[in-house]
Amino acid sequence: MMISGAEIVIRCLQEEKVDCVFGYPGGSVLHIYDALFKQDQVKHILVRHEQAAVHAADAYSRSSQRVGVALVTSGPGVTNTVTGIATAYMDSIPMVVLTGQVPSFYIGQDAFQECDTVGITRPCVKHNFLVKDVKDLAVTIKKAFHIASTGRPGPVVVDIPKDITAQMCEFDYPKTIQMRSYNPVVKGHLGQIKKAVQILQEAKRPIIYTGGGVILSDAAEQLTKLAHKLNFPVTNTLMGLGGYPATDKQFIGMLGMHGTFEANNAMHYADVILAVGARFDDRVIGNPEHFSEEKRRVIHIDIDPSSISKRVKVDVPIVGNVPDVLEELVKLMDGGFRTDPEVANWWKQIDEWRGRDSLRYKQSEHIMPQFVMEKLYEVTGGNAFVTSDVGQHQMFAAQYYKFDKPRRWINSGGLGTMGVGLPYGMGVLMANPDAQVACVTGEGSIQMCIQELSTCKQYGFPIKIINLNNGMLGMVRQWQEMFYSKRYSQSYVTSLPDFVKLAEAYGHVGMKIEKPEDVEPALRKAFTEHKDDLVFMDFIIDPVANVFPMVAAGKGLTEMILAEDL
Amino acid sequence: MLRHIISILIENESGALSRVAGLFSARGYNIESLTVAPTEDPSLSRMTILTSGSDEVLEQITKQLNKLVDVVKVVDLSEAAHVERELMLIKVRATGKDREEMKRMADIFRGRIIDVTESTYVIELTGASSKLDSFIAALDAGLILETVRTGVCGIGRGDRILKI
Ligand SMILES: Cc1ncc(C[n+]2csc(CCOP(=O)(O)OP(=O)(O)O)c2C)c(N)n1
Ligand SMILES: [Mg+2]
Repeated sequence: MMISGAEIVIRCLQEEKVDCVFGYPGGSVLHIYDALFKQDQVKHILVRHEQAAVHAADAYSRSSQRVGVALVTSGPGVTNTVTGIATAYMDSIPMVVLTGQVPSFYIGQDAFQECDTVGITRPCVKHNFLVKDVKDLAVTIKKAFHIASTGRPGPVVVDIPKDITAQMCEFDYPKTIQMRSYNPVVKGHLGQIKKAVQILQEAKRPIIYTGGGVILSDAAEQLTKLAHKLNFPVTNTLMGLGGYPATDKQFIGMLGMHGTFEANNAMHYADVILAVGARFDDRVIGNPEHFSEEKRRVIHIDIDPSSISKRVKVDVPIVGNVPDVLEELVKLMDGGFRTDPEVANWWKQIDEWRGRDSLRYKQSEHIMPQFVMEKLYEVTGGNAFVTSDVGQHQMFAAQYYKFDKPRRWINSGGLGTMGVGLPYGMGVLMANPDAQVACVTGEGSIQMCIQELSTCKQYGFPIKIINLNNGMLGMVRQWQEMFYSKRYSQSYVTSLPDFVKLAEAYGHVGMKIEKPEDVEPALRKAFTEHKDDLVFMDFIIDPVANVFPMVAAGKGLTEMILAEDL
Repeated sequence: MLRHIISILIENESGALSRVAGLFSARGYNIESLTVAPTEDPSLSRMTILTSGSDEVLEQITKQLNKLVDVVKVVDLSEAAHVERELMLIKVRATGKDREEMKRMADIFRGRIIDVTESTYVIELTGASSKLDSFIAALDAGLILETVRTGVCGIGRGDRILKI
């Protein structure tokens, strides 16, 4: 039977078992919206700005094992998505973005709402397509889902001219797809794995350093098995939190710019690093020259060969699917639990570093942001999905909320995009309808996608917004305090709205919390009495609380500034 | 900073070239020359890129190219025995005593004169890039009117075959 291109798009989504798309209509996607209207298998979430559609689709992916989908119109619809696409790309999030395009016979003529979508998005997608023939539509969408979700995942854009969505064609969705130019390696090289086993068994000061790759490949279980078998310390990157249970005694905290004293020292002085789905980026190892002063052997497991030896020379590269490689390592590792004196000594050293208690902070008459995070953890029993924006509040959440499970910590690590927190909450709830969702944000970030409060009302998303309101672009202010002699150039936000009234104007519940003793009751109230409401909690916090430890840009990992130094 | 010749088999699709060029500019790799044309199989293009960089940079270039979804195969030709050629067309002033001299120079470098007017010649010259450079250096700069070069293309020797 012949159906229209628009119907083909919807049928493809149904075949891919997509249960919802986040989008915003416009001229070039009207046929698709009409096809959407005539069915009820694929739900549509109408956002208030296309950037939020992409962020929500991105969080749908991050918080589940499925591919998020966004649908937008040509021109401004597309340009509004670019921040969201780049955000997903930097964190390797599988996502398909369907964009309308002007009719194919107008392309190149500066038609109304035309833009070079493939050109604009090329540097921030895993791949993109312009569909030029309705006969290619289904197979292109199939390819998009395949590419987005395999190998090192990433966003894929499919640009569909309006005339293609009107043309009629036979629908035939391929079951599988073969591409001669795209065959990601999945199986780790056995010889390399054996080499790794040997090195791990000889290690005296080992560390397991893991990143977002463990989350994306669902390898948390295998990682925990291996770490327990070896009795090695484990540190996570910002993107890797939840990949290893934070309450496990072998967990030594997050590492990097705002990592713990023990994690950064252990990483620096380790004689063997087992890196898993992590990429030694600048926020993690600090100054690479300083980092390379210590002699060590590095084993690196990653699905993406180009992540290996990009910033740090690797001795044993293992390209492959992370859980399978870890499983293989566990299998080949005879003996197991390392109790030999060397590793025991190493643990003694780590415990000494731990003794510095680098996340300790002083209470004051103000509400301390760290305190809010500790209380949030208690009140939610550690079970919430925590989305965050970008700034000091993000670091406080990462440091003080102990994630025991993967896919619970949803933030923009690579691009560091302010404004993601609220739309991320929407995406999480579409993938996990019964979840408790806390959006940890700042008065700066929340205003970057504040319009989504309206979407949340429409669909009843009961997000608990934890606004750590310091009245400052806090992270900027912290750098200015420390590195620009306190010249606070444009980091102070004046004329803030009354967030309680704002929440109420959108039909939500607002609370303002100004005293430390009110923190816990407010949180409890929000998560029980207002379980089904969106609650905007405006916590007026210490305006000058800083994030510590801190490795200043360009400094080495062990050159941390600690709170106690000040 | 060694000179490398990268050969790429890539899907012959619109936009494939900009993906490769975009990768080089986005990551700060350097392109000295780039040539591209379809192969005997019209669905595939072969691209040759002349670049330079340390071993680490070259390793990254190869890996990043392989990561492009349209790229089928990548080799660094300069890693082993290969031949390379470049074609140049050069238009020179050829009047008076220079006319004979130009002819003589073209002969010495095994070039061919493929277009003649009363005052100009177009000389076609093929060879390693260094040979083309020497030819230009050997001419009186004032007599060169225009040059156009294809950029390097290359192929492995003997059994080294880049094919799918
Ligand atoms: C879109 C965007 N613009 C600018 C920045 C730079 N930036 C990083 S943190 C920050 C301040 C964030 O302020 P706020 O949301 O209030 O969080 P706080 O640091 O105060 O907790 C800024 C401006 C960014 N990360 N993203
Ligand atoms: Mg702030």
